[in-house]
Amino acid sequence: MKKCNRSSRFPMIVTIITLIFLYAPLVVVSISSFNNSKYGGAWRGFSFRWYEKLFTDATIWEALVNTLFVALIATFFSTLLGTLAALALYRGKGKLQLFHYALVYSPLVVPDILMGISLLLLFVTTIGIGAKIGLSFELGMTTIIIAHITFCLSYVTMVVLGRLQDFDHSLIEAAQDLGANALQIFFKVTLPIIAPAIIAGALFAFTLSIDDFVITFFVKGAGDTTLPIYIQSAMRRGTPAVINALSVVFLILTFILVFTSQKLLEKKK
Amino acid sequence: MKSFKNQFLITMPSFLWLVIFYALPVFIVFLLAFKPVDPYGGIGGGWSLATLRNLSDPSYPVIIWRTVWLGVVSTAVSIIIAIPIAYHLAKMSSRLRNIVLMLIIVPFWTNFLIRIFAWKVFLNPEGFFRRSLVYIGLIPEETMLLYNQWAVLAVMIYTYLPYAILPIYAAAEKFDFALLDAAKDLGAGSFTAFRKVFLPSISKSIGVAVMVVLIPALGAYLIPDLVGGPTSEMIGDKIAQSVFTERNLPHASALSAILMITVFLPLLLLMFFRKICNNNGAESEKVPRIGVKK
Repeated sequence: MKKCNRSSRFPMIVTIITLIFLYAPLVVVSISSFNNSKYGGAWRGFSFRWYEKLFTDATIWEALVNTLFVALIATFFSTLLGTLAALALYRGKGKLQLFHYALVYSPLVVPDILMGISLLLLFVTTIGIGAKIGLSFELGMTTIIIAHITFCLSYVTMVVLGRLQDFDHSLIEAAQDLGANALQIFFKVTLPIIAPAIIAGALFAFTLSIDDFVITFFVKGAGDTTLPIYIQSAMRRGTPAVINALSVVFLILTFILVFTSQKLLEKKK
Repeated sequence: MKSFKNQFLITMPSFLWLVIFYALPVFIVFLLAFKPVDPYGGIGGGWSLATLRNLSDPSYPVIIWRTVWLGVVSTAVSIIIAIPIAYHLAKMSSRLRNIVLMLIIVPFWTNFLIRIFAWKVFLNPEGFFRRSLVYIGLIPEETMLLYNQWAVLAVMIYTYLPYAILPIYAAAEKFDFALLDAAKDLGAGSFTAFRKVFLPSISKSIGVAVMVVLIPALGAYLIPDLVGGPTSEMIGDKIAQSVFTERNLPHASALSAILMITVFLPLLLLMFFRKICNNNGAESEKVPRIGVKK
């Protein structure tokens, strides 16, 4: 009996140490955000000054607006394209869908940096060709949005297709037997069933878009800033204290988000 | 006939989008590796093998080796830590399990840049952590925690650990723990039972975890860039440097082609291995990413 106990304690110890590992940096950042000192390090008294600075800094607000703008547009189009792709993959068979499947799924396993560089090269080549025939494009918000739609699309398809594969196909056959046409079936049977998955996919796309730094960094124009871009450029100059405060705001929002989604999932069960 | 037309119409938008913005760019990456660079940082005319010749720079084998080393070690450590955690999670009461799962997911959902920033603050030379280590005598006064390979490794494990935990936990949750008791009744020790009964039944999810950790780890760029030093550069850093500093796009594309091959080689091997094992590929591909952010 004793031996059994000893063996079951090891996983618990690993779990506890890992949780400490996961939270130690976050706790230190949270404490530092109230530190009056300018460059972190030694404690120089309690202060809210970094929070005040955070909410009055115009560059941060501009970056936030850009981030949300890109995320909303990218979410809309990637959800639309991704859902269509899921429907096509679910129903379709044959060579075309096999190729389609590979196209949708392989971006999921490509590291960010490769996606970023390959899109940059595409845009640069297009700009080069455009210049020769007298059309001018530039890197900017449009290229950022195109890139975001591209990497979000596959995730939406994956979530929606997962849901489609789980649902009972005989429902559609029943609707057909009852004389419904293709459009009626789609709007009255398929869409209500996959709606939660579409919403989940859209949320997923939105989060991915807000989180992205690497791909944005490659395809953005000279003056464009999103929040991750802002944080990175601030970090190159050291560890500015205002980012501590920003991190705490992010952490609180994340906690609320994860907590609510957990509660929603629990209720469904 | 009409259904065929509908089918075609719903396929085309995503199909064309991905052909133009995914397949074509990947093709261009390989193509531009054979182009010369022009003096203004653009792409020159004609064709050239000069870029490929530049890759024989003696610093590259070191960097490629380091990329593989850091990728493989961070993957291995993540998985070795993830297995006992998944085991423990699966055996917990559901109330406690929800709390612990949430605690694991929260840092993972937090913005990537913020997580790296947190590590920079945490390992700061003037910070609480380093000074405590010096105070209790674990490290000598002059040791720096930031800007070296160990910092890169720590942050990589920090970033990718949840990718490993979630698929393995999803498999462990379905495991019937009575089988372990049965093995023990039949005379197996705890560890033997764990190794011969538990591990084989979650082996597929370990394969998935290897894939979802190793691939982004090999392509890591931001982590070595922000917490690493000149001696911890990875291929990703070199690609970014040749784009943003040297303005040599053909060189960047040659390096990207190498990275692409490095990434897809293990993937092809894994798929080959899977085919031998005769598993259902489509089913298991669904597991990692959906499970990750639910």
